[in-house]
Amino acid sequence: MRLVALAWRFLWARPLVAGLNLALLALGVAAMSFVVLVSEQVERSVQRDLAGVDLVVGAKGSPLQLILAGVFHLDVPTGNIPLATVGTLREHPLVARVVPLSLGDALQGHRIVGTTPDYPAMYGAALAEGRWWQQSLEAVLGADVARDTGLAVGKSFVGTHGLGVGGEAHGDTPYTVTGRLARCGCVLDRLVLTDLQSVWAVHETATATDEEDRKLLEAEREVTLLLVGYRTPLAAVSLPRWVNAQEGLQAAAPALESARLLRMVGAGTDVLQGFGALLLLAAAASVFVGLVHAVREREPDLAMMRMLGAPPWRVGALVLAEALWLALLGAALGLALGQGLTGLLGWELARQRSLHVSGWWWSPHQVALLAGTLVLAVAAAAWPAWRALRLDVSRLMQAPR
Amino acid sequence: MLELHDLEFRWSAASPPLRFADVQVGQGGQLLLRGPSGSGKSTLLALVAGLLTPTAGRVVVAGSDVGALPGGQRDAWRGGALGFVPQRLHLSDSLTVAGNLELPFVAAGLPLDRARVSALLDRLSLAGLASRKPHEISVGQAQRVALARALVRRPRVLLADEPTASLDDAASDAVLGLLADAAREDGATLVVATHDARVAARMGGTQVLELAP
Repeated sequence: MRLVALAWRFLWARPLVAGLNLALLALGVAAMSFVVLVSEQVERSVQRDLAGVDLVVGAKGSPLQLILAGVFHLDVPTGNIPLATVGTLREHPLVARVVPLSLGDALQGHRIVGTTPDYPAMYGAALAEGRWWQQSLEAVLGADVARDTGLAVGKSFVGTHGLGVGGEAHGDTPYTVTGRLARCGCVLDRLVLTDLQSVWAVHETATATDEEDRKLLEAEREVTLLLVGYRTPLAAVSLPRWVNAQEGLQAAAPALESARLLRMVGAGTDVLQGFGALLLLAAAASVFVGLVHAVREREPDLAMMRMLGAPPWRVGALVLAEALWLALLGAALGLALGQGLTGLLGWELARQRSLHVSGWWWSPHQVALLAGTLVLAVAAAAWPAWRALRLDVSRLMQAPR
Repeated sequence: MLELHDLEFRWSAASPPLRFADVQVGQGGQLLLRGPSGSGKSTLLALVAGLLTPTAGRVVVAGSDVGALPGGQRDAWRGGALGFVPQRLHLSDSLTVAGNLELPFVAAGLPLDRARVSALLDRLSLAGLASRKPHEISVGQAQRVALARALVRRPRVLLADEPTASLDDAASDAVLGLLADAAREDGATLVVATHDARVAARMGGTQVLELAP
């Protein structure tokens, strides 16, 4: 038996106290780990999905809503804008690229996005199987869509009206799956991509009562959002103002709005982090009190060890080792719990067709969390270890009272 | 093996000195420290064990002037040369009987001698109790465990403080017999501190140091 094994035995000689301290430590570590894992993944996801989008143009409304709808596909869009806006912006001297998006339908909760090949190209998306759409009513599925729907290349599906689950099915205009995207860890995983013509065809077929109606609808074609890339960074100064000055148009800068969003989310994560830190401090206090009592209770054991030849530092090290065992176990349990909670959140978000969060994500900050827990345990054990070190061994010789 | 020369100890500058007669006990010999409570028996044991430093004189144990050793060396010396059976036994209830016998190796930072532990468990009829905790065994069994713990590292000096306290005649006899036999088998010098008259009678022929308050 070595000193660390002896410390382990002494630790679990009082299982209730040890269990309580372990639970407190694990909960504190879990809370902080959860916040770190989720916030890092959300931030990474946000940066990934921004992917060189300098400006989002849509119907007048909240800029944040435009970003959430157009870049992250989390919110409903503010409305539609005339198709002619695409041409107008493409001709603007400050604009390098315009990617139109048309929204309005969904497949089992996954948004069907009418767009151009520039959209998947922005994210460096590649096909895992099949080919890109070449004509109307052909679609490519994101990785999560293919997994959730079970649709394979060559199969057909019908979209439903609206961006959520349910809604009236457009049974007259089924799509054919021509391809499946490789997982990119970006927003495309959750989307069904097709061409703009498909989205118009579905709605015109559903809405038009006769040929004249159809011609009218064709003339009034709209898109939902435009993802704009600047030709020069100087465009950031004037282009948004120019867009906002156009009737019915709203410009939103993704970098600005997502920074604001992360700041708002950050307030919540700060609270959680603070809660986690409080739990850890409570655990440290509990470890301190537990070890003080343990040293007092175990004075005869520790004095006997000195009598058996243990130098004072070894007796102090025994107390420190107990604390370190608690910290190691607590941190390991806490980190595992944090990963588990993150995985649970990721499952729920996937169910809601929302951001991608994984329980398998590992952050370097978790190493710091482990180290911090060990340091906290050592700090909590310092005074009890010092007391053990300075034990009066001659008390062993005293007669019982 | 054990020598006391002009030994004196004061608890503080103001307290009266405890003076002990000169003694010489050879290797494998026996010394009985006899006296009433408060006569300095435990103090003398503590001096022999190196837990206290004499204010005058010398305690020489197994060739080492114990009082002159620096703290760290004293710990190591105690770990290697000394076995101690305290009055209250002080078995660790966090460990099994076998664990209590392994404790001296952990304390001294020595490799565990499992064969020695097993042999002592057998010799003192404790093999069947190896996995029990001290609160699960009888007082007599606990005393044998304390004795085994004191002997496990083959000490050159075995100290026993009031080994027959709270025991009846038969149990006292058994304990004293065990002590004497174990010390003799390992060639250890036995020092017993007691106020119990039965011990003197049982340990006939042993050198006696009378202590008075």
